[in-house]
Amino acid sequence: MSVELDVFVGNTTIMDKEVYQLWLNGYTVNDAVKVRIEGGVMEECEASAEVLLSDTMDQYRTFQMCERLLHHPAKLANQLLFQIPPDRQAMLIERYYAFDDSFVREVLGKKLSKGTKKDLDDVSIKTGIMLKSCRRQFDNFKRVFKVVEELKGPLVENIRQHFLLPDPLARDYAAIVFFANNRFETGKKKLQYLTFQDFAFCAGQLINNWTVGAVDNMMEDMDVDLDKEFLQDLKDLKILITDKDLLDQHKSLVCTALRGKTNVFNEMEANFKNLSRGLVNIAAKLINAKDVRDFFIDLVEKFIEPCRSDKLTSIDVNLYLTHYTNSAHILDTFKHHTVWTRYMGVIKSCILRMYHD
Amino acid sequence: MPGKLKAKIVAGRHLPVMDRASDLTDAFVEVKFGNTTFKTDVYPKSLNPQWNSEWFKFEVDDEDLQDEPLQITVLDHDTYSANDAIGKVYIDIDPLLCSEAATVISGWLPIYDTIHGIRGEINVLVKVDLFNDLNRFRQSSCGVKFFCTTSIPRCYRAIMVHGFVEELVVNEDPEYQWIDRIRTPRASNEARQRLIFLMSGELQRKIGLKVLEMGGNAVVGYLQCFDLEGESGLVVRAIGTACTLEKISTFPATATHPSNSSPSKDMKEPVFGEEAPGVPLSSGPPTPLRAQTFSSFSPSKSYSRQSSSSDTELSLTPKTGMGSGGSAGKDAGPLKALLKQQTQSALEQREYPFFTLTVFPPGFLLHVGGVVSARSVKLLDRIHNPALGNTRSYKLLDWNSFTADEPETRDAWWEEIRQEIKSHAKSLGCHAVVGYSESTSICEEVCILSASGTAAILSSRFMQDGPLDTELRLSQQPLCVFSTGSERVEGDMGSSASLGFEEVVSPGCGFCHIPYDELNIPFPAQLTYCYCCRRYKVPDVLFTTIDLPTEASVTGKGCLIQARLCRTKKKAQGEVNATAISNLLPFLEYELHTQLMNKLKLRGMNALFGLRIQISVGETMLLGLASATGVYLTALPSPGGIQIVGKTPSDITYEQHISNMQKKINDTITKNKELYEINPPEVVEEIIGSPIPEPRQRSRLFRSHSESSDDVSEIDLSHGKKDAFVLEIDDTDAVEDIHALLTDSPTPAGFYSCNTEIMPGIQNWTSAIQMFTSVRVFRLNANLTNQGLNKIFSDLCENLLKSLYFKLRSMVPCCLCHLNFTVAIPEDELIQVAVTAVALSFDKEQTLENGKQSGEKTPIKAITENDEQLQFNLELNAETSSSSISPKGLSEVGSHPSARASSMEKASPLPEGRSRSLRSNRSYSGSSVAVVKMTPLSFIPGAKIIKYLGIINMFFIRETSSLREEGGVSGFLHTFIAEVFAMVRAHVAALGGNAVVSYSMKECVFMENPNKNQAQCLINVSGDAVIFVRESELELTSVQPQSATTQTSNGGEGT
Repeated sequence: MSVELDVFVGNTTIMDKEVYQLWLNGYTVNDAVKVRIEGGVMEECEASAEVLLSDTMDQYRTFQMCERLLHHPAKLANQLLFQIPPDRQAMLIERYYAFDDSFVREVLGKKLSKGTKKDLDDVSIKTGIMLKSCRRQFDNFKRVFKVVEELKGPLVENIRQHFLLPDPLARDYAAIVFFANNRFETGKKKLQYLTFQDFAFCAGQLINNWTVGAVDNMMEDMDVDLDKEFLQDLKDLKILITDKDLLDQHKSLVCTALRGKTNVFNEMEANFKNLSRGLVNIAAKLINAKDVRDFFIDLVEKFIEPCRSDKLTSIDVNLYLTHYTNSAHILDTFKHHTVWTRYMGVIKSCILRMYHD
Repeated sequence: MPGKLKAKIVAGRHLPVMDRASDLTDAFVEVKFGNTTFKTDVYPKSLNPQWNSEWFKFEVDDEDLQDEPLQITVLDHDTYSANDAIGKVYIDIDPLLCSEAATVISGWLPIYDTIHGIRGEINVLVKVDLFNDLNRFRQSSCGVKFFCTTSIPRCYRAIMVHGFVEELVVNEDPEYQWIDRIRTPRASNEARQRLIFLMSGELQRKIGLKVLEMGGNAVVGYLQCFDLEGESGLVVRAIGTACTLEKISTFPATATHPSNSSPSKDMKEPVFGEEAPGVPLSSGPPTPLRAQTFSSFSPSKSYSRQSSSSDTELSLTPKTGMGSGGSAGKDAGPLKALLKQQTQSALEQREYPFFTLTVFPPGFLLHVGGVVSARSVKLLDRIHNPALGNTRSYKLLDWNSFTADEPETRDAWWEEIRQEIKSHAKSLGCHAVVGYSESTSICEEVCILSASGTAAILSSRFMQDGPLDTELRLSQQPLCVFSTGSERVEGDMGSSASLGFEEVVSPGCGFCHIPYDELNIPFPAQLTYCYCCRRYKVPDVLFTTIDLPTEASVTGKGCLIQARLCRTKKKAQGEVNATAISNLLPFLEYELHTQLMNKLKLRGMNALFGLRIQISVGETMLLGLASATGVYLTALPSPGGIQIVGKTPSDITYEQHISNMQKKINDTITKNKELYEINPPEVVEEIIGSPIPEPRQRSRLFRSHSESSDDVSEIDLSHGKKDAFVLEIDDTDAVEDIHALLTDSPTPAGFYSCNTEIMPGIQNWTSAIQMFTSVRVFRLNANLTNQGLNKIFSDLCENLLKSLYFKLRSMVPCCLCHLNFTVAIPEDELIQVAVTAVALSFDKEQTLENGKQSGEKTPIKAITENDEQLQFNLELNAETSSSSISPKGLSEVGSHPSARASSMEKASPLPEGRSRSLRSNRSYSGSSVAVVKMTPLSFIPGAKIIKYLGIINMFFIRETSSLREEGGVSGFLHTFIAEVFAMVRAHVAALGGNAVVSYSMKECVFMENPNKNQAQCLINVSGDAVIFVRESELELTSVQPQSATTQTSNGGEGT
């Protein structure tokens, strides 16, 4: 004796948020039923385990049927098969494209290729996220990447339009796409303390300031690549460290401004040349794709770590960077003000964001 | 040449990839009507082709317009090989033939393929220019309106109700033709789909002709079914009630005009007064006509004849394929008599006093006599028809010009059954049968035909020719006329006119008063004086197939009551099998009846409405499922409890066991009374000096089936002081039965259920509705006893209900209305149960209030008084509930790290979702899909139906040979049902509608062969496409200031 067939179809498609989340998280039907039983839904609704199983299977089937549409969210709005209220559609899409921070940290900056996908079982073991869910998240990244890669115009807006995602989520995806495209290294041990949100913030800064789209909205170019011209210009900043006079002048200006305003003035003064060299060298090397990848590790090694070992607080760092940036403009022989501002604006906010334990 | 059909193919979208190399499709379209075909150009390399074709024009007879569907085929052009079909769309153009229905079909329709399902959509425009046809001998019946709704449709008033119309057409089933062996499954499925389309069209046309002949202009309660008789063919049959309807002209004005919306309460009434009988004047004082009802159930009368003469009956089927003359030789006595009767009164034959309506205009229904039903078992035989050549296999035959015996045989079968129903009604002292329906169950070559209805007396003032003279009436034209022309004024006149002839009786109880002679009761019943008016006799229990009349006074709430039964039988063939089945039927029906009665008593109720008994036949078993809605009619006596009596009172433990059980039963009754709020006003019992002996009903009585309708069954005249219903426990079976009785689990808190249109005792529906279909197939083990089977079957139904409650828990408080169960035995050891119903949310606070009021016997008045207030509430609810059908307090799965979305949600709960959905709507506004509501009810709560666009009657076949890949049987059926819903919605939207009312899934035939990885399913659905307008929107146009306040409060409520 067994139930051979069991279906429920509503004119308005019924979807349970809780079950949807379990499905997204990669639970099998049986595990999902267990979770639901523990959640106490049975007592609440006077249901039996049998009923719960039937409901869960049914919901899972519905989600599987919807999944194809979720791959192209725009289709969800004008398909005829499921009658789903708009707010429900938005929920489905948003949750389908939601991802785990711990997962994304593992693949951030990696090439979204088959090879990476094969390694997902390791990621799954490491993060404790079910393989099925890892695959979904990975495929989402890849799908968004593929669509957006070809498109012109602002990255975030493109993602929002094509995948009907809410703004914060679209921004996160922009960051993921941006990282994947530029292959930023994020997996090194020294970078482990950084969260995905730290990187996403930095990506936002880079996208908004260092890409072609950032300077000229009319330029019908992509947001995913850094502005080559700008990278070229960055080499000019080298003068700040190669020219001895300029370097000394810069140092004295900064030190004058900082004196008395911080407890760690001595350390700052002692380290000035070192730090300045670090930052300017990063700038100068960015023209090489390989060095772009090391951007974050360089920031940590060349600036954040030295500051940290000197026990600077983030207020100190902020103060230092502000004056460091501003003082350069007062230097008589320094001509590259625009490039400097564009460079240091991003560097400063990135460092401040990354400056934590 | 009286019609010109025009079609334009605009565009396609979401087409499947047909060319793997390019990942694109070179699509073009063939438009076919009759034998004419047009083609569009090929639109190369696109999944979203823009054909924008010219208007294709077909000049055709209106007869063809009625019969044929417009067939649109989308193909992929292939230079080197045959073009591949992507899929088809069949468009029923019938709605365009009626001036009051739709004028154009325009919109995105799913392209359907029987193997792949929906494959993209196509945008078409279809129009019809009809020329006036003055030919009096025409074969077409354009302009006759069809409604599935079993009440007078909401925006019409009935001028006349003409009566019963029926028709059937027969053809060979393409699936069983020789050619099927060499053609593809797709071709075979398409042939079948098209054939059924054609046959439905023809059937509708023929019924239309009958209606015109009778002088009517519409068919209400149109019920079309098809019988897949396998080898012996395909029967499409339909019944309905011919009416003359008039559009309520003021109505459209209400939608646009501020002036007349508020004063006329009658207009609003139907919407709130749940099941108001279609005609808006229901609000008036419920017509004071004397309505009486009656009661009882005449279970097995039908086959009483069968059992006596089953052999001869069986032989009626023209096995030899001889003409009717040949079979006449075999005719036995009863049949000859029948035939004679037929010829004698051909008129009478055609005009049965039957009505497929279940809800009636006020004052139409006077007394109800009880359920009448008839069944007969027939042997099917191969369609004998030499004229069906393969070349013409899809062309319908004009049966009139043919000597083929088939439709006549089928007709004769139904004639017989209808005659029997008629005589049952007569024996109950009734001259009409209402809530009438017919059904079949087929297994191999055996077919059970069933018909049932409720014997009733209809208002004599509505009769065309004078006062009713009970018996003679029948043979006269049973034309019932009721003109409701001048609204309430006329109603009053009518009632005063009727005064002379029947006394005025409180309308709430009139229909319960017995129509038959109390000294000559046709069945055992316990009569008492009506508990409302105290003047007329009422039965102790009342069973009916109709909806609860609006004016009926009910105490408390109602609930769904089901009796379920399985009976094993031996495998057999031919006549032996048929005889075995017909011998089993009476027992089956008797037990179903006993179960219903017991369950009714257990709930402390005294009447059943919407009773539907379905008997399904399989090779090794028979299934019986009776569903009804139990209520406590204030007019009827309070039901006594159930008393258990042991047969062998020797053993002490046994006695103890019995007293335990008795206690359990008593507890259940008390609990149920509380649950359903049944607190009838205390009555002093002794008021009535009983002039007639009160027969005491005992379960034993049911066993004595009246062998024929004439002989009144023995009545136990023992006077008992207690009116408890006695159950004798004489064997283990009975013990099991009682256990089964107690295992029905109560509905969870916040849920109510019924199989009628509305739930008595609940008025304040919100606009949140959810229609659904659920199907389950259960595999049995071999060698089960009857008891075991019963338990399994009962559990199956119970569990299904439990699942439904669980699924719909977010709608609480809510009521599952029109719960329609269909059982089938698709193959040995499989039981299939399909349910279609609608969940309606209601407003809890109002319930309490109304609950109090309903105790005061006049719930209807209460509504009218509450009108304004209620309306307001409805609007609020409309807003809130439609925007979030989501389960209210579902906790997020918080423990999971991936709760990014949910954490955001917590930060900004709704507004974000709102704005987002708004945006997405905007960006796709060009093509976003219109919402189409579907409901099996004839109305939409909180809304007013302003136009009927025509009948929707669709038939689909889906087949797969990759069952596993499609998610197994469940995945396959789930997709298919979703596709059927989608196609219904799309066709309704294309007609310009936004809802389907009176929706039903009449057929769901599922066959599987997991070993071959194959499955096939046939689904037939129907309903009425309508345009509705929300009450709140009507308000907006009428009362500006109020709408303003409504809106602001909506905003507050919504967030």
